[in-house]
Amino acid sequence: MAEAFEPRIVAFLCNWCTYAGADLAGTARLQYPPNVRIIRLMCSGALDPAYVLKALLEGADGVFIGGCHPGDCHYQNGNYKARRRVALLKKILEQTGFDPDRVWLRWISASEGRLFAQTMTEMVAAIRAKGPSPLRGRWGT
Amino acid sequence: MGADRDREGQLPVGQGREACAGTGRRIGVFICHCGSNIAGSVDVRRAAETVRGLRGVACATDYGYMCSDPGQALIRQSIAEQGLDGIVVAACSPSMHEATFRRAAEAAGLNPYRVEIANIREQCSWVHQEDREKATQKAIALIASLVEKVRGDDPLEPLGTPVTRRLLVIGGGIAGMTVALEVADAGYEVILVERGAELGGRLRQIRETYAALTPLAAPLQTLIERVREHPRIRVLLGSEVESASGYVGSFTVTVRPAAGANAPGGYRSEADPAGGTQHEVGAIVVATGYELIPLSRLGEYGGGRVADVVDALEFERLLAQEVPRRPSDGRVPRRVAFVQCAGSRDPEHGVPYCSKVCCLYTAKQALLYRQRVPDGEAVVFVIDVRTGGRRYEEFVQRAMEEGHVLYLRGKVAKVFRQGDQVIVWGVDTLAGRNVEVAADLVVLAAAVVPSAGAAELGRRLRATTDELGFFREAHPKLRPVESLTAGIFLAGAAQAPKDIAETVSQAEAAAAKVLGLFSRPELVQEPTVATVLQELCAGCGLCVSACPYEARSLNARLRVAEVNAALCQGCGACVVACPNKACVVRNWRPEQTLAMVGAVLGEVQ
Ligand SMILES: Cc1cc2nc3c(=O)[nH]c(=O)nc-3n(C[C@H](O)[C@H](O)[C@H](O)COP(=O)(O)OP(=O)(O)OC[C@H]3O[C@@H](n4cnc5c(N)ncnc54)[C@H](O)[C@@H]3O)c2cc1C
Ligand code: SF4
Ligand code: SF4
Ligand code: SF4
Ligand code: FES
Repeated sequence: MAEAFEPRIVAFLCNWCTYAGADLAGTARLQYPPNVRIIRLMCSGALDPAYVLKALLEGADGVFIGGCHPGDCHYQNGNYKARRRVALLKKILEQTGFDPDRVWLRWISASEGRLFAQTMTEMVAAIRAKGPSPLRGRWGT
Repeated sequence: MGADRDREGQLPVGQGREACAGTGRRIGVFICHCGSNIAGSVDVRRAAETVRGLRGVACATDYGYMCSDPGQALIRQSIAEQGLDGIVVAACSPSMHEATFRRAAEAAGLNPYRVEIANIREQCSWVHQEDREKATQKAIALIASLVEKVRGDDPLEPLGTPVTRRLLVIGGGIAGMTVALEVADAGYEVILVERGAELGGRLRQIRETYAALTPLAAPLQTLIERVREHPRIRVLLGSEVESASGYVGSFTVTVRPAAGANAPGGYRSEADPAGGTQHEVGAIVVATGYELIPLSRLGEYGGGRVADVVDALEFERLLAQEVPRRPSDGRVPRRVAFVQCAGSRDPEHGVPYCSKVCCLYTAKQALLYRQRVPDGEAVVFVIDVRTGGRRYEEFVQRAMEEGHVLYLRGKVAKVFRQGDQVIVWGVDTLAGRNVEVAADLVVLAAAVVPSAGAAELGRRLRATTDELGFFREAHPKLRPVESLTAGIFLAGAAQAPKDIAETVSQAEAAAAKVLGLFSRPELVQEPTVATVLQELCAGCGLCVSACPYEARSLNARLRVAEVNAALCQGCGACVVACPNKACVVRNWRPEQTLAMVGAVLGEVQ
């Protein structure tokens, strides 16, 4: 490998909490590594596991899902649905021999800009330590 | 949003004014510098050059301040001149200017739902100020993903839903009656549901009000008669709300006889006894008031245990007589001890909050007692006296000076019977001494709590109550009379302890909100709601149970799922639940998100 490894992380953020938390991190000019690509969803409960699989198959080294704290979902219980689905998905990934710790689900509210920036920094470091995804480049990307 | 626009009630996907131009073949990208806020860490020129080559992009421009008038003019002009059928504005967060850019696009004839924002300021330039190269790459990836989203966006029209111009008021106290009269006087029908046998609420027990000792009975009677005789108000006494469904502008409410009504020897319900009646209304006002914490929960103050220990509402009743007489033996009490904060500001035994009205009504009751029994003594136990409000402090001073009411600072520790008297022991924690008063009657200023069944009513209406059962407002400062459910408003002590003036103010505000709602020709709703692709739907019903808003149902005849667009909030839970991918939320379709994933990872370009 000639170039240093730069993790590519896709982040699915709930519009009402983590997406707004990411905005707050920006307003406060909190710096975090530029390896994260954010995609907005209306709720973490709108996350189809297929989105995570697609990202992994396209060679993402990590996937982040951000939702509202338990009890705070704008749509009552979407985050509980997300929690169940992501847990199941991670089980399946593990079964196929894929490291489930490349997929992170965290609750970060609209007021937790600092937590968002910290979490992104941590995740980029953790994925960097793991190295490139084994799926990178395997599926024609 | 003009009512003049041609509106398609059901919004067939992909059938709009702009659909003829093809799906997202001519997209314009507008990259904002935001002065140096963005341009300082993102190479906006290079970004524009790169995205110009993306699939479907017809033009890409960068400009100093896109939200400024010339910036918006640039967008409008490009749309018109280049015949754009979608745009991406790469700028600040959509929470800042999405609405601005949608309006600008609309003014140029582009459907506003084909405008997307790439957030390259809050989520890129501001957080990656150290690495211009990587920030630029990220900005390009974000723009590419929103280009993919726009490619799949359908032109949409806001949904219009009709308003039923009839109001349901729950609770016939001063709050409910005030709302009912205001709305009925403005020309609309009102149904007023009161579970008791009479209108008036707690004020029936209160003869004079602080701070000027204004008589209440006559004005209250006038009010009750106006409500009962109003041609547009239908009063249903002895009635309760059994269930409610629907949404703002169109609720269906079932009213049934109240528990306790129609019992032998009890009062008669004016609701249909057979299972209840349904009423169609467009708005609901909750005005269910309060009650006092039961004496049995105030055992430490002798409540429910010691004879001649009464709560303050009971004392209002005793005061209504020419001279008050104590319950045990009908004797006129020569010394009355008042205990403030009985159960209030006491998270362990009672409630954590201040009941707000007790300091003032205790001063009132002590003064009235001294007027009725001139040689009697009034002693008040207080932690401190809270008198926020016009002329309230002066009123308490008047009780002390003119009424010779004795205020003792002390927390009551024990109340017990001795002979035919009640002994009250208090501890003055500041002075570190004990006080003891032998009284003939003890009046507890018992904590104000929500009326029985408030939390259950909240569940039936899907209007949230707090952990204590008071109805919650949408925002404590900015939306104090709206509940968290659209179309349901709050008035009076159902929301929090309030005195009469505050109750009436809120009731009038709630009436104004209702009238505002009723004055609209129709309600406008975001069209980004769920739909069903009928040819894919197997009628399994999984989406129906996934929906938190009861917006979905199964059409038994066609065996497919249906969506009530007015109830749908666009949360997307059904989309994920559907095993056949027959659910979609407009402009949040899974193909769009999948394409965005591909774009951020560099699949397109
Ligand atoms: C001892 C005492 C003295 C007071 N003195 C004064 C004073 O001097 N000056 C002053 O400004 N304020 C005073 N107050 C406060 C005053 O009582 C309130 O401000 C006022 O009663 C609030 O009116 P409301 O309509 O919100 O509630 P309420 O008067 O409690 O009326 C609520 C009504 O709703 C009905 N209801 C409840 N639940 C349901 C249901 N589920 N379905 C149908 N109907 C229902 C009840 O039966 C009742 O009729 C005093 C309070 C107390 C305790
Ligand atoms: S549109 Fe947003 S990013 Fe651009 S100048 Fe205005 S505030 Fe700044
Ligand atoms: S998007 Fe949400 S609210 Fe709308 S029908 Fe689906 S589950 Fe119900
Ligand atoms: S989950 Fe899908 S297939 Fe089943 S009823 Fe709903 S829309 Fe139809
Ligand atoms: S709205 Fe944030 S997780 Fe549901």
